[in-house]
Amino acid sequence: MPRITMREAISQALWEEMERDPKVFIMGEEVGVWGGSYAVTRGFYDHFGAERVKDTPISEATIIGAAIGAALTGLRPIAELMTINFAFSAFEHIVNQAAKLHYMFAGQMILPMVIRTVGGGGRQLAATHSQTPDAIFAHFPGLKVVAPGTPEDAKGLLKSAIRVNDPVLFIESATLYQLKGEVSEGENLIPIGKSKIQRPGKDVTIVTYSKMLETSLKAADQLAQEGIEAEIVDLRTLRPLDMAPVLESFKKTNRAVIVEEGWRSFGVGAEVASRIYEEAFDYVDAPIQRVAQKEVPLPYNQTLEQLALPQVEDVINAVKEVL
Amino acid sequence: MAQIVSMPKLGFDMAEGILVRWVINEGDKVSKGAVLAEIETDKATVEVESTYGGVLLRQLVPQGTAVPINDPIAVIGEPGEEVNLEALIGKPGGGEKPKGMEKPMEAGAIQTASAKPAQRSEAQITAVLAEAAHASPLARSMAAEMGIDLRAVQGTGPGGRITKKDIESFQLNRPEAVMVTTPSPATISLGVPLKAFIHETRNLPLPKLRAAIGRRMSVSMQQTPHFYVTHEYDVGGLVDRRKEINALLAEDDKLSVNDFIVRGVALTLLEFPNLNASLDQGNSSLIYHGEINVGVAVAVENGLLTVVSRNTDQKTVHQISAELKNMVKRAREGKVRPEDIEGSTFTISNMGMYDVDQFTAIINPPEAAILAVGSAKQVPVVMNGEIRIGIRMKATLSVDHRISDGAEGARFLQALAKYIEEPLRLLI
Repeated sequence: MPRITMREAISQALWEEMERDPKVFIMGEEVGVWGGSYAVTRGFYDHFGAERVKDTPISEATIIGAAIGAALTGLRPIAELMTINFAFSAFEHIVNQAAKLHYMFAGQMILPMVIRTVGGGGRQLAATHSQTPDAIFAHFPGLKVVAPGTPEDAKGLLKSAIRVNDPVLFIESATLYQLKGEVSEGENLIPIGKSKIQRPGKDVTIVTYSKMLETSLKAADQLAQEGIEAEIVDLRTLRPLDMAPVLESFKKTNRAVIVEEGWRSFGVGAEVASRIYEEAFDYVDAPIQRVAQKEVPLPYNQTLEQLALPQVEDVINAVKEVL
Repeated sequence: MAQIVSMPKLGFDMAEGILVRWVINEGDKVSKGAVLAEIETDKATVEVESTYGGVLLRQLVPQGTAVPINDPIAVIGEPGEEVNLEALIGKPGGGEKPKGMEKPMEAGAIQTASAKPAQRSEAQITAVLAEAAHASPLARSMAAEMGIDLRAVQGTGPGGRITKKDIESFQLNRPEAVMVTTPSPATISLGVPLKAFIHETRNLPLPKLRAAIGRRMSVSMQQTPHFYVTHEYDVGGLVDRRKEINALLAEDDKLSVNDFIVRGVALTLLEFPNLNASLDQGNSSLIYHGEINVGVAVAVENGLLTVVSRNTDQKTVHQISAELKNMVKRAREGKVRPEDIEGSTFTISNMGMYDVDQFTAIINPPEAAILAVGSAKQVPVVMNGEIRIGIRMKATLSVDHRISDGAEGARFLQALAKYIEEPLRLLI
């Protein structure tokens, strides 16, 4: 299998789906002539033309509103929001329109649209441009929220997202574009809503996703040197949340650490921990630990930013806390 | 008026105790002197008696909690009485001081306690609510499945929580489990009853008492320069006197050879204050103890305890015997009281019942010496140019060379002879 970057994997998924289905098109800020602010759509404009790779005004509400309209009329738009921090400007359209139209109109229309966006900190983009508000969007029924942590998953999940008939928020990590990984040749559709064991182990279950998968894998390697075998479950999709592999792993290890990049309060870790307590109470041998971002607006200063973001050490410490 | 019962200080170096079991439930009546709870210290599990009569209004700590000394553990008052925890804890100790709190609370401690009453009461309430977390849910379901009573399991998790590991370790050590794992066909009859041996390598946590003995003995052996002096005593007279006296006493009241030795040692110590002394912490001064409290080492499950006869020089052999019997019984039942095991100034280790010729003992710090007593045996002795049958017993004194020297040790053993070899002196 070829080793390619996350950026190449996402780019391939878009390219292949646009080649496959003429209804698929891309719209967003700087996605056309410039090739995307993370260079994901470089070359698309020349190949697919301005009709299918549309540069938009700097207005997130317009981008999502237009994408909803396009989807309702039978196209399959991929709307790009430069970062998830700008999604707040389009919040009404995302959570009140896209997430609910199918339900409000009793299924008379479908909304086959993907909102591609970029989340996470670590690039010194300061408090307003570095957030991980994934849990906020995962809160709303009617929206699918996908956040891959490997190139293989990014490609397979994005292709699935483009093909499903529901609105999908596809969150890429700002610091994972250069991450390399093996990606299957040919078509490998990965279903939305399936968690995956990314590393087998027997002593503790680490539940994570997106960027924190990389952090957790590093922590697991260090723990293995001390004889602690962590099993890592990658959620990959936050909504719908697939708890089966998490519960299966937890029933084996009886101990869990949940690692997320966003803030702890009301976060992904809170949801996963709660479901473990609800569904595997009799298997709990130690209080579940959460590793998350410090509860501050993310600092611009590099040292402070790294201190606020969850690090490999934090994961190791949390694992030792539950053992 | 509600009263607070605090974690007693049960030993000189005790910083905290684990409240292992509540004997009285919340809302139940308790009379003064009744056993309120069981507390585990480094040395033993001891019973804490209620210092007040009334109703146990509140248990302030869940079972299995380590509580610093002098911290409140319970509130006792009138039935239905409102408990104002803040007001109570702001007033440490209540009116009457709980028995077993040998040292009064220091001024500094009072200040600290009253400085943060609100914080403390909140923490205590949380602790009460957290009682459910005493065993993990997994441990609970495992215990239910295996038919294990969680109260019998020692929790080693945070705050004494019983976890999967503890249940597994307990299960491995249950008598039933032992029978299952002992392969009976392989057991060879050796004509003597064999204890079940588990043919499996196991790694079990060191029992608390075992660890405490290890710590104390290591310190003693590493830091105390021991020297040893052995003396052989003619105990023919003692054995005869004992036989005569025991003929007059009820079965459960009979005297042991050791009871005589305990009194003999106490009387001898009157002449040897150096051997009833301790070096102070800085090794710069000698503390001559004003009491002669003779400790007697007792083998118990998982180790040994030293039970203490107090003011032994002022008691009769019969009194000493009765007191020791009670304390030994409590020690073996794991119900030892704090005063049973604290405050010895000299220790005797007697292995006479094990057919031991002689042995050396490690000094029980911070004491100056320990006497290791062997078995009384019939031996050939030369008397007036003839070989006769005599009864002899060897005793070895271990002495801290920083406090005393060989000559003094030898003179002590010699002086002891006048009591052991002329036992009427012990009975006057």
